[in-house]
Amino acid sequence: MSDIADRVRKIVVEHLNVEADKVTEKASFIDDLGADSLDQVELVMAFEEEFNVEIPDDAAESIQTFGDAVSFLEKAVN
Amino acid sequence: MAEGNLMQGKRGLIMGVANNRSIGWGIAKALHAQGAELAFSYQGEALKRRVEPLAAELGSDILVECDVTNDEAMDATFDTLKQKWGKLDFLVHAIGFSNKEELEGRYIETSAENFALTMNISVYSFTAVAKRAEALMTDGGSMLTLTYHGSTKVTPNYNVMGVAKAALECSVRYLASDLGPQNIRVNAISAGAIKTLAASGISDFRTMLAYQEGTAPLRRNVTIDEVGNAAMYLLSDLASGVTGELHYVDGGYNIMGMAVLKDKDGE
Repeated sequence: MSDIADRVRKIVVEHLNVEADKVTEKASFIDDLGADSLDQVELVMAFEEEFNVEIPDDAAESIQTFGDAVSFLEKAVN
Repeated sequence: MAEGNLMQGKRGLIMGVANNRSIGWGIAKALHAQGAELAFSYQGEALKRRVEPLAAELGSDILVECDVTNDEAMDATFDTLKQKWGKLDFLVHAIGFSNKEELEGRYIETSAENFALTMNISVYSFTAVAKRAEALMTDGGSMLTLTYHGSTKVTPNYNVMGVAKAALECSVRYLASDLGPQNIRVNAISAGAIKTLAASGISDFRTMLAYQEGTAPLRRNVTIDEVGNAAMYLLSDLASGVTGELHYVDGGYNIMGMAVLKDKDGE
């Protein structure tokens, strides 16, 4: 488990108030973790802040699952 | 936030806080730090669960749902305030809406339907709530709305919201004239671009932020706390001689006709 994945998981757990073990690679924020569309936007903002990166609109829309977020951020940070 | 008692004994309604990045939240915190008593309104369940903990954080026990396109809902909101407080000292209107699809590309593509919706929620709602607030501001009062410089200068993707903000700024002047004789002041803050939930609806907002950061005399973007402090001043008695005013809190961005391409040191 990468450091990035841990940090992303921590944000997701805190923001969506879900159990850490529910946040699996395939877990969809909206379908599996109870997020609404505003949560999705707030999560992207939180990721940007945590990792000090910019996530463009089209990339933000493609981040649907925990795994999507981690793989985007791993590329963006490195 | 600067603590003090400039708003001691004053009670007001904040409309349009969405989360802790909202400009309305920055304003609420600044008012609270100066002793104001606050009520909050929100629209819809999704926002309720976001605003509830924030209202509680500032010790507010008045949290009402208010759909500003619905007359009865607005009446009910101000009835609640009348019952709880009897009168009202200030009002903060931080509400705007347009379909996201029309906050990109060419303004000319704006549909009649979204034009009307945007004007209704982002412009008329301030007049509609001002009328209801007037009835409760029996000892005078102060009202504030939020606008953006896209009202005056073309800002790509801001589109119909810019047209709405121009109308909102103009309505501030008409409202100030109507309400001045009752010692009710009406002003607007034109904040620089700030990354809020609402701003995420504007296409390529990050370019707006970066451009303004590079262009503004202060060479940075402003924070919700900076807008909050300016709002607190306008809502307090410190601004007792100020009405109908458009106050920029934008790091000076609006005064620039052209970005300084290179600073002297070549940065």
